Amino acid sequence: MADIPKPEELAKIDHTPPETPWMETPTVFRDGMWCYGAKPQNIEAVGMPNPREWSPKDEDWKLPDNWKEIVLDGMKDRLGKFRSFKLFMDICVRCGACADKCHYFIGSGDPKNMPVLRAELLRSLYRKNFTLGGKLFGKLAGGRDLTMDVFKELWYYMFQCSECRRCSVFCPYGIDTAEITMMGRELINLLGCNIDWIQAPVANCYRTGNHLGIQPHAYVSMIEFFCDEIEDVTGVRVNPTFNRKGAEILFITPSGDVFADPGTYTAMGYLMLFHYLESMGLDITWSTYASEGGNFGFFTSHEMAKRLNAKMYAEAKRLGVKWILGGECGHMWRVVHQYMDTFNGPADFLEEPVSPITGTKFENAKSTKMVHICEFTADLIRHNKLNLDPSRNDNLVVTFHDSCNPSRGMGFFEEPRYVIKNVCNNFYEMPSNTIREETFCCGSGAGLNAGENLELRMRGGLPRANAVKHVHEKHGVNMLACICAIDRAALPTLMEYWVPDVEVTGVHELVGNALILEGEKKRTTDLRGEPLPGMEDIEDEDL
Amino acid sequence: MSAQKSILYPLVAVLVLILIPVIGVKLGLSYFFAVVVPYAAFITFFGGILCKVINWARSPVPFRITTTCGQEKSFDWVKHNKFDNPFTNRQVLVRMALEVLCFRSLFRNLKMEMREGPKLAYGSAKWLWLGALAFHWSFLVILLRHMRFFAQPVPGFVDVLQNVDGFFELGIPQLFLTDAVIVAALTYLFLRRVVVPQIRYISLPSDYFPLYVLFGLVLSGIGMRYFFRVDIVKVKELAMSLVTLKPAVPDGIGTLFYVHLFMLSVLFAYFPFSKLAHMAGVFLSPTRNLANNSRAKRHINPWNYPVKVHTYEEYEEEFREKMKEVGLPVEKE
Amino acid sequence: MTLRDLLIKRKDDIVKEWFDLVLEAYPDESKDFFRKQQNRFANPMGHNIREGISGLYDVIVDHGCDSEKAAPFLDQIIRIRAIQEFPPSVALAFVLEFKELVRREVSAGHEELSEEVNKLEQNLDKLALQAFDVYMGCRERIFELRVNELRNLMFGALERANLVSFPAEGEKEVKENKI
Repeated sequence: MADIPKPEELAKIDHTPPETPWMETPTVFRDGMWCYGAKPQNIEAVGMPNPREWSPKDEDWKLPDNWKEIVLDGMKDRLGKFRSFKLFMDICVRCGACADKCHYFIGSGDPKNMPVLRAELLRSLYRKNFTLGGKLFGKLAGGRDLTMDVFKELWYYMFQCSECRRCSVFCPYGIDTAEITMMGRELINLLGCNIDWIQAPVANCYRTGNHLGIQPHAYVSMIEFFCDEIEDVTGVRVNPTFNRKGAEILFITPSGDVFADPGTYTAMGYLMLFHYLESMGLDITWSTYASEGGNFGFFTSHEMAKRLNAKMYAEAKRLGVKWILGGECGHMWRVVHQYMDTFNGPADFLEEPVSPITGTKFENAKSTKMVHICEFTADLIRHNKLNLDPSRNDNLVVTFHDSCNPSRGMGFFEEPRYVIKNVCNNFYEMPSNTIREETFCCGSGAGLNAGENLELRMRGGLPRANAVKHVHEKHGVNMLACICAIDRAALPTLMEYWVPDVEVTGVHELVGNALILEGEKKRTTDLRGEPLPGMEDIEDEDL
Repeated sequence: MSAQKSILYPLVAVLVLILIPVIGVKLGLSYFFAVVVPYAAFITFFGGILCKVINWARSPVPFRITTTCGQEKSFDWVKHNKFDNPFTNRQVLVRMALEVLCFRSLFRNLKMEMREGPKLAYGSAKWLWLGALAFHWSFLVILLRHMRFFAQPVPGFVDVLQNVDGFFELGIPQLFLTDAVIVAALTYLFLRRVVVPQIRYISLPSDYFPLYVLFGLVLSGIGMRYFFRVDIVKVKELAMSLVTLKPAVPDGIGTLFYVHLFMLSVLFAYFPFSKLAHMAGVFLSPTRNLANNSRAKRHINPWNYPVKVHTYEEYEEEFREKMKEVGLPVEKE
Repeated sequence: MTLRDLLIKRKDDIVKEWFDLVLEAYPDESKDFFRKQQNRFANPMGHNIREGISGLYDVIVDHGCDSEKAAPFLDQIIRIRAIQEFPPSVALAFVLEFKELVRREVSAGHEELSEEVNKLEQNLDKLALQAFDVYMGCRERIFELRVNELRNLMFGALERANLVSFPAEGEKEVKENKI
């Protein structure tokens, strides 16, 4: 027995990293933690630099000879354009308040996932190349040279940040890692090193109007397919219109709602709501050209975000609508709320949004002229305009996941809760340090919801899942509601791994279930076709 | 740079810096250390901070990227969290005041619940807020107390401040509360950098250096007041001569005073070129000092430029036939 | 005194040591956080591993490593470790490491219990094999989810409707029916 190492010793083999400082600890690309590189045709499609076949695992990333110059010039350019960037490079005191606020750090323990260190990766380059101290004293002043290894490390960790901004809530100077990651990604894109999970949606969105590359006729067929399903469940035929000139309102939602479960049920909820309001004076149209609310350009560069976002106003103008209504989506709403008017405004061809049903003026949207559907619906409920039967959601015990972007980029907390509480009878909050402005990311935001980086996503999503598990065990929660398309795509997988009994829904799917349409048949199933407990019985008695 | 080196190198540097005035004064360079160095340091400080702020301000704020930490302004019937999610500039002022005066964001670390295990094991987060607050406020009070050296007659508020600070009336000379607090706070801020592995890992030499300088400054000050008395009358004479721009160096001020003055000068001169500039920077932080009203009021990006977009016409050109097939209206038949 | 009595008496210390052993595999910079942050929502990993270890301890002591009773606690710990890039030899070592902890307790003045320890070690070997099953289950789940996600969530719907088109290499106009 003597020469067999004790298990205790075995476990210790080399997994505690040597006590090397972070600048000297080389980054190893772990499988499951990174996404595939952008394909050349997707880079070419939008005219971005350096399209070529490459893989992040390759030794040679096939960068142009002057790549360092490109990165440093790019940095200089951005330091001059963004006060946030310049300031955040200068004023961090490394107090560590942010360190344990990042879901990727909490779930993995990788020190370079501490927001402060993620930013230091870029800051060390800034010091070395743009400050006197760094130029003179180098490492002593926290500076380091740009090498290929440093660039790869930067790449690895810029794509391990979901730009959720949780750290920025706790920073005494408001340093926002999302700003830093966005700059890092812009620099990375100057060399054509985006990940394909972002680049492909960007290319698709540019051409077809949405991330999935859905062509106009397909988009229409898919929604007609929903109309069939709605008819099956309710007996009522809804008739949406597309690209219709002269409509009062243009509706834009992320394409995930149209093509990815369970977002599709949320789309059905929208359709039913619009149908319900038609007789009350709602005049709304969908668009196939601006068929994407989400904006993966935002995960690429400000310029790309603007190029994709431009379609919203362009289409609103072409159709001659008065204002725009937006579906449930996270980063779409960050862009709409904080960027769109600045990017592509002023929207002087539109009118200040007024609800045609209640007459409510949406004062907080009077310049951008775009209203969130949860605002719109909350206002309807407040004015008693909806005939609702919340008991049709009685099979659900619901909790609400605040999506990062509407939370920390808008402060959108009460509106969706108000809607949920009016369409559901069983609602429980998760613990207070995991919701609202302190909400935990789904772990897959900012274009990181690929398949190849599933381990990263499961780790990053652990804090969220852990809180869901708590309410699941305590209150029997079985449905996680959210207002983000990436959430709806990513959370089901997260739940399946961590809390298998909990499903995921959009808020308007719950609305669709509760909404009593005129002339509908007795509902025996919800929108997913699952039987409603108790409702079959009533039918039996009727017979 | 290893943690040990990061901790040690700046310490050596500061020790050397302390020796400089000690030797210098012995060599008869007291004019240099009493007049030239402080003037130079103050010019560097104000000039440097000014340049820094101008430099920051020269970069525009293209987008309104407020970090919202509470309910936005919405309908009348939804309670708006005015100070964590300001809508007007006045509300922004309150938010900034809370941030700058109370360290509101750091305070968020306090919110903890459902602890398990021994209660004392947790809590570094709230200590950070307390430590930081204690340090910054006592530094400010001490600075203001020093006004008595620079003004004749001594302004009333300085007397009041001094009386409050010496409230406990312990010892002779009277112990100032802030002296004790600042030493404790500095010690805490230093120890957590050294002891907490996470913080040690992220700390650079430039994080330790100002701490050492502050230690030097504070300890030399305390030393002068409580242990090795220097001639206060002469110190005031010097201070007044500096303020009135008629510098004259009285003889026989203790060496310790020169150390104190030199540490202050080092701190001030170092300030604008280091992370200490956060003092000015916090006021410019776009995630904090902007109202979250970007949907109600258009924010202008000064360098906004036209970009290439995929127009509807190009789109219809590509998909016209398919669009017609499903009855989508088209512009051109 | 039986081994059981000893282990019940020493539970707090041994569990703490065991927990620290599990954390050995993480970098120093984060170990401290996992150990000290007591809020279960701010530190889900530390919380779950601590709870799992403690529960497992009771099963080992009271139920002779009963596999049914051990399952939820093994799952609680291993589900996390399975997505943290540890090979199974590291991710699962904590089960066997427990032997060492017991040996140490016994050698400190309770040598008469070594017969009982042998029995316990046999049970722990079984537990280790069970742990391996759990680990494999989690890994398989990951692969399954990876495949399912692509197929069911997105392309399922698209394929059903035969509606996709991607820009393909060297091809400007994309054939509609091709996926």
